[in-house]
Amino acid sequence: MPVICVLALLLGLQLVGEWVVRLTGMPLPGGLIGLLLLLGGLVWLGRLPIALRQTTHHVLQHLILFFIPAVAGVMLHFELLMHEWLPFVLACVGGTVITITATALTLSWMLKRQRSAAQA
Amino acid sequence: MNMTNLAVWQQMQASPLVWVTLTLCVYILAQTLYRRSGSHPALLPIFTSVVLIVGVLLLSGTPFPVYEQGTSLLLFMIGPATVALAVPLYSQLPRLKALWKPIAVALVVGCFTAIVSAVAIAWAFGASAETMLSLAPKSATLPIAIEVAALTGGIPSLTTVAVGITGITGAIMTGPILKLFKLSDPVIHGFTKGLSAHAIGTARALQVGETNGAFSALGLCLNGIATALATPLVLRLLGF
Repeated sequence: MPVICVLALLLGLQLVGEWVVRLTGMPLPGGLIGLLLLLGGLVWLGRLPIALRQTTHHVLQHLILFFIPAVAGVMLHFELLMHEWLPFVLACVGGTVITITATALTLSWMLKRQRSAAQA
Repeated sequence: MNMTNLAVWQQMQASPLVWVTLTLCVYILAQTLYRRSGSHPALLPIFTSVVLIVGVLLLSGTPFPVYEQGTSLLLFMIGPATVALAVPLYSQLPRLKALWKPIAVALVVGCFTAIVSAVAIAWAFGASAETMLSLAPKSATLPIAIEVAALTGGIPSLTTVAVGITGITGAIMTGPILKLFKLSDPVIHGFTKGLSAHAIGTARALQVGETNGAFSALGLCLNGIATALATPLVLRLLGF
C-alpha cells in the first residue's frame, strides 16, 4: 500500500502542475511544478516519510530507463545528422565541455570566496 | 487454426508488451555490463541501451513510431520521476540554504554558457537556423527542452537527440574535467553534472553518492527553470 500511495502522490502533484501550467501558459513542464510543490510540502511537514524516501529511491535509481525510448529517437534524424553532423555533435560535446568548465570553476571560486569571508 | 510465428509477430508488434519488455531487458543488460566493467564511462547504460535498441529496430525493420508508441508507458514515467527529485533535494536542504549564493551565481553563468556555447559552435560550423534553435535548450531536462524548442522554433525531436548527446557527454566528461582542475568537492561535481547534463548526469551522480545526487538534482531543477526563462531572451539577443 505505501508504494501505491507514493505513486498516487507523485502523479497527483504532476497533475496539479500540468493544470497550473495550462492555466497560466507557463513554458514549464507540469512535473517541475509538481517537484516544487512536493518540496514545499516536505518543508511544511518538517520530515521525510519513510515510504516516500524508499519508493522515490527506487524510481530515481533507474531514472535513465525512462529516457531510453526518447533518446532512441536519434534514428529518425540519421539523414539530418549526415548533413550537419559536425556542427551538431561539436555543439553538443564542445558546448557541454565549456559549460562544465565554466560552471565548476565559477562554483568553486564562489565557494572559496564564501569560506574566506566566513573566516574573516 | 494455428498462427505462424510471423503472423503472431505482426500482431504483437502493436503491443507495448514487446517493446517495454525489450527495453527493460536491454536496460538490465546495459546495467550489468556497466557494473562488470567497473563503471567504465564508455559503457554508460543510456548509451549502450540506445545503441542496442536502435540496432534491434533497424534489424527487425521496425519504424521508430511503432517503438515510440509501444514504450509510451516509460516516457510517461518521466513526469512522476521528475516530481520525485524533490526528495533528494529536501534531504540536503540545510546545506543548500548555506550555499545559495555561490549556487545562484554558478547557475546564471552555467545556464547562459550552455545556451550561447551551443548556438555559437553550431553557427561557426555552418548549421542551419533550425538546428541552432533546436540546440539552444539542450542542457535542460528533456520535458523542458522539448517545450522550449517548440516555443522558440526548433525541432523538438532533434532537441531530444541534442539533449541525449549532451547528457551522455556531461555524465562522462564532468569527472575527468573536474579532476583536471583538481576539484573533488561532491557539491561541485553534483551541481555541475545536473546543470550541464540534466537527468542523465543526475542518474550517474545518484549512483556516486547522496551529496553528489542531491546537488545534481538541484542543478537539473534550477537549470531547467533558468533555461526555460533564458532561452527566448538569449535567442533574441543573438538575433533570431
